[in-house]
Amino acid sequence: MDKHTQLPSHLHDIRNRVEGYARAYGLDFFDTVFEVLGFDEINMVAAYGGFPNRYPHWRFGMDYERLSKGYEYGLSKIYEMVINNDPSYAYLLESNMDVDQKLVMAHVFGHVDFFKNNFMFRHTNRKMMDQMANHATRVRRYQDKLGVELVEDFIDRCLSIENLIDYQSPYVKRRPDRPGVEGEGAERQVAQGFKTEREYMREYINPREFMQEQQRKLDEEAARKKKFPERPERDVLLFLLEHAPLERWEHDVLSIIREEAYYFAPQGQTKIMNEGWATYWHSKIMTEKALDASEVIDYADHHSGTLATHPGQLNPYKLGVELWRDIEDRWNKGRFGKEYDECDSFVARKHWDKQLGVGREKIFEVRKHYNDVTFIDEFLSLEFCIQQRLFTFGYNEKHQRWEIMEREFRKVKEKLLHMLTNFGQPLIAVEDGNWENRGELYLVHKHDGVDLKLDYARDTLRHVQSLWRRPVNLHTKVEGRGTIFRFDGKEHSDRRADL
Amino acid sequence: MSLKIKQDHARFRDIVRGRIKSNLKKYVQKGEMVGKKGKDFITIPIPTIDIPHFRFGERSQGGVGQGEGEPGDPLSPGDGQAGSGQAGQGEGQHLLEVDVPLDELADILGEELALPRIEPRGKDRIIATRLKYTGVAPSGPESLRHFKRTYKQALRRQIASGSYNWRRPVIVPVREDRRYRTWKQVPLPETNAVVIYMMDVSGSMGDEQKEIVRIESFWIDTWLRKHYKGLESRYIIHDAVAREVDRDTFFHTRESGGTMISSAYKLALEMIETEYAPTSWNVYPFHFSDGDNWSADDTRLCVELLQKRILPAVNLFCYGQVESPYGSGQFIKDLKESVGPRENVALSEIADKDAIYASIKTFLGTGK
Repeated sequence: MDKHTQLPSHLHDIRNRVEGYARAYGLDFFDTVFEVLGFDEINMVAAYGGFPNRYPHWRFGMDYERLSKGYEYGLSKIYEMVINNDPSYAYLLESNMDVDQKLVMAHVFGHVDFFKNNFMFRHTNRKMMDQMANHATRVRRYQDKLGVELVEDFIDRCLSIENLIDYQSPYVKRRPDRPGVEGEGAERQVAQGFKTEREYMREYINPREFMQEQQRKLDEEAARKKKFPERPERDVLLFLLEHAPLERWEHDVLSIIREEAYYFAPQGQTKIMNEGWATYWHSKIMTEKALDASEVIDYADHHSGTLATHPGQLNPYKLGVELWRDIEDRWNKGRFGKEYDECDSFVARKHWDKQLGVGREKIFEVRKHYNDVTFIDEFLSLEFCIQQRLFTFGYNEKHQRWEIMEREFRKVKEKLLHMLTNFGQPLIAVEDGNWENRGELYLVHKHDGVDLKLDYARDTLRHVQSLWRRPVNLHTKVEGRGTIFRFDGKEHSDRRADL
Repeated sequence: MSLKIKQDHARFRDIVRGRIKSNLKKYVQKGEMVGKKGKDFITIPIPTIDIPHFRFGERSQGGVGQGEGEPGDPLSPGDGQAGSGQAGQGEGQHLLEVDVPLDELADILGEELALPRIEPRGKDRIIATRLKYTGVAPSGPESLRHFKRTYKQALRRQIASGSYNWRRPVIVPVREDRRYRTWKQVPLPETNAVVIYMMDVSGSMGDEQKEIVRIESFWIDTWLRKHYKGLESRYIIHDAVAREVDRDTFFHTRESGGTMISSAYKLALEMIETEYAPTSWNVYPFHFSDGDNWSADDTRLCVELLQKRILPAVNLFCYGQVESPYGSGQFIKDLKESVGPRENVALSEIADKDAIYASIKTFLGTGK
């Protein structure tokens, strides 16, 4: 069956035309299914994060209320929505004008190209549509068997810690594949040094300091193996799944929450790139190919609405598209590399143009191998920062208001990278699962200058405890001082403790 | 699909109302939806439940923004907080912001807080007729001659009769061409209304307290304006003495010294008696203070003024007591004992910003 026949014929035509343009530009996307929905339906699907079938939970109802009220009161409306799946699904709002539908389609093909090619998405499940439906069935079955309240309460607690996953883990190997555990650590291993057949050479090839160093490393390794976990575990959910005394259904629900968190994570980690990329392409396709003369005004109106900036809010569409264009321009003109970086003549830099014309090639390459952090780190230049009028802001306690703090390039970039690192979440890892040999959980917050919101931290700790069952502890810093927060199942306590 | 979301939605509403899952009740926030009215940001209450996470404290964080301005310049309200933290789950949703007219905002507020429509007092007594131009007729007084229609009529006649010369396009209307505006007398219920805002500005009212008064009176103003065209607002500040000020001064003055609430009530009463006769005006005095009064004698005087002279003359007397670390909070207790509960008295204690909506509901929920 042709999946696209659900579209009304004029939209079907538009779709084919826009898809043709997109492919001609070299975009490489999954097959994309567009569905036209009324505003109520689109609010529903949006409340479910784009998936028509999710497990029952009140927070979807909350999102639905926010979205539908926003629409009813004319505050906001959903414009486009697309999900990372193969085939990809995208939704069009029925009441939109044709020019909007065109724009949205072009935008969507940009997103789907990004989903398909960016390395961050390589590990995501491309059959998530089915998987989400599967999750829904499982949760519903538990609810039928055990009662809605019980299961929902458990989900609430899981959601409370859903951000405690290891955002980098799909891309790096954290744990060595362990060879069999038998006999390991039974006796102290002795460092062997480099082998040699000539006995008299041994002292020269393996000097004493070197041997001592090797022995120390071996001992450390052995000590670490005795620790539990061996290394701090950032995937707290995984640690709980493997070691907390959960019921089978609890185990299953927690693994569902974790799987969905990992599925959504790359979208948050590439927000600027992805939105910028899609905006770059809709603007290219619309202005160079798809736009009719009669549609120019409406297009310009909506396009500028998308790119509008408010001070104090970073618009990922705007920042993203400007960066993409900047990269293309720089690589077209050869404004990169040693020679350019070392040139300190303002005039020469301004008129620098080697006519390389490799900009397009470059951006296609960048969309493959970067995420927001590396994208900003590598391509946000001093010139760009000034030209885009970027600044940092903060809360001024004295004036009791939010204020612009600095415009200095280094500070802006630092702040931006800080906001994006680890998805803007605090880095918290399991340091010890058998703390002080009492089976307590010991979490450590790697403090990088920003304190945790303490009332929330206490409540979250309570939820962790309900999964771990034994007392849980969190080490963090409060106003510069090391503090351990503890919840033992009955009451909270905290005490000073420097690491 | 529709059934499923309706179930989730119903469950969410039940949690917000506190019917189920009382453990979540404390995470229910009087969330706000930010709308824009011209340059001003306006917020609409919308409850949300925030599941606690390990996350950064908001104020210690800040963020990066884009646009004009020098270091040290303030950001507009509603801008800061939203910028911090993550970029959202980001399933590629894109929300479009739209401006909201003030009138609709009042509707939204009314709907959210389930406010009754206000019934203006004395509707039958206060009636005026207004002239309304409703049509055009071939006769009437010269002063109401409709020039354009007359011209058109003349032009039409000249073209039809062939006397129109395009080289010399002179149009001369004759008697029959003339057209005049006609009118009807429309009976209009003349609903005059005045709000008299009184605020204690003695040393104990801090910036936070004033902010609460400012937000609350904005909404009260918006709501009343929806019901009364040409709403008048008067502002009185008082410490030990009262004086009338303009709006700007009202919200920004800070004085020190004692508090004599009666001084404000006297001034308000004087205003009502000289300018706003209760037979033709709907009068709404609102008084905000931290509940500290100079002496029990003065409180007694206040009660007497209220009972004997103010309450009979007004639609609704509202007293909002803003919690302050310095005030004793005694005044509202005294009022409760002596004047409440009564039909046209609304008393409310406002602990913090979150309590504003509840307080507005107390004040305006009476439908007076």
